[in-house]
Order: sequence, then C-alpha cells, then structure tokens
Amino acid sequence: MSPFPASAYIVTAVFGLVVATTVGGALIAVLSHRIIRSVAGLALCCLGLAGLYYFLNSPFLALMEILIYIGAVCVTIIFGVMLTETDEPELQGKRGQERWWAAVAVLVSGAIFWGIAHLGLHGQWPAQAVPETDGSVQAIGIALLTTYSLPFELISLVLLVAILGALTLARGGRSKS
Amino acid sequence: MTFVHIPDQPVAYLVLAAFLLAAGIFGFIRRRTLIGMLISGELIFAAASLNFMTVNRFMAPDPSVGQIVVLFIMGLSAAEVAIALSIIIAVYRNYRSIHPKELSELNG
Repeated sequence: MSPFPASAYIVTAVFGLVVATTVGGALIAVLSHRIIRSVAGLALCCLGLAGLYYFLNSPFLALMEILIYIGAVCVTIIFGVMLTETDEPELQGKRGQERWWAAVAVLVSGAIFWGIAHLGLHGQWPAQAVPETDGSVQAIGIALLTTYSLPFELISLVLLVAILGALTLARGGRSKS
Repeated sequence: MTFVHIPDQPVAYLVLAAFLLAAGIFGFIRRRTLIGMLISGELIFAAASLNFMTVNRFMAPDPSVGQIVVLFIMGLSAAEVAIALSIIIAVYRNYRSIHPKELSELNG
C-alpha cells in the first residue's frame, strides 16, 4: 500500500494542474492579440508538456522539452518578434467576411478535435506489451548509437544545413546603407 | 476507471493531443502574421510529440523508441523554426510587412 494515504489524490491534482497549464498555454498562444503574449503562451504550453512527459515515465524528455522549446525555440521566436513588426493588423476587410472565416476555422478545428478524440476514446487499443528495456537514459543512449545511429547522424546533418541556410537567407538582401 | 486512475490511462493524453492539434490548426487558419502561424505550427509539432509519447508509454514494447522519435521531432522543429524565422526576416526586409495578405507578388 502507499505510505501516504492521500498521495494518489495529490498525484491526480498535479496531473490536473499540468493539463490545465498545457491547455491554457495553447489557448493563450492561439487566441491572444499581441504576438509576444502568444510566444509566452507557447512557453507555458511547453512547460505543461514537460510535466506530461514526466507523467509518461520520461524525465529525460521533460528536461529536453524545457531546454529546447523554452530555452531555444521560444527565445528564437522572441528575437524574430523583436526584428519584425509584431502585432496583428487591424481588421481591414468586411466584418462579415471576417466572421465567416472565424466560423470556418472553428468548424474545421472542432471537427478535427471531435474526430481524433472520438478515435482516442473508442479505439481498440492493444494491451500493454511487456517492456524489453527500461526506457532509461542509458537505454536511449545505447539505442541512439546502435539501432538509430543513421537517423542520429542525419539529424545532425539537417541541423547543420538549417544553420547554414538560415545564415544565407538572413544575410542576403541586406543593403549597405 | 475512477478519478485517481486518469494519469495511468492513455485516454487523457490522446484527447489532449487532439486538442493541441485542433488549437494549432485553428491558429494556422486565424492568424494574420507569419510569426503567429509559426507558433501554431509549433503547437501541431507538440501534439505529434505527445501522441508518440503516449503510444510509447502505454503500447510499445520498447519504451526507448518513442523517446528517440520525440527527440528527432524536437530537432526537426528547431531546424524548422530557424529556417522559417530567417525567411520571415528576409521577407520583412523586402516588404516591410509580415502579413500574409500583402505578400502577393513574386520577385526574383
């Protein structure tokens, strides 16, 4: 038995907090009017995702999520916000057209959410298989250097090409004046 | 399935991943700046990663495969953000605007 009687409820409450962080962050990221708030919402959503990865037995990926998404991706997007014009423009077209597009967006995303959530709720999921490894950092490292060494090398090539491409794209067209 | 068993069931994670995907697609349609669309794309990446991790935790025989796949997704999305932001900066330098409606002419 668990040593502390309410520990299951505490774990469930923490899970609820993590889910609320993820959902709230995603809503802020999508709905807020100013872009910098929406970047902050993305960071909040990634923090919640890191908690979810912790619940899914992977503390390594939780740390990587914080390190890469909040530490690198969000900061890079903030640099992009600082270098360009930031906010959403004022509504210029007709209001009826704007409402129509909002309705289309809600309809499409609602249909996708309903369909996939229905699949997830009612699908015939296979039972838990017997784990071959423990999924620890050591097992990940061994798999990365044996079974998945080719994709591991390829992703480093992709990152190198991305760095060079980003440099070339952002350099070209810069005027001397 | 009682209330305290929700973190041990795949259903909550799958529904949450569906929500993230739907939010990302909603933002992709609604946003009127390129950076806003980029943020929505990141939400779609996050939904895919969460789905991979859920299947990895509850159904896969080898728990390290899904973690490696999610690591690759993180690397790909970092590369995508770098490229997309440099394109956005180059576009802004040429057009003085990053609103997709105004980027309507091709120029070599």
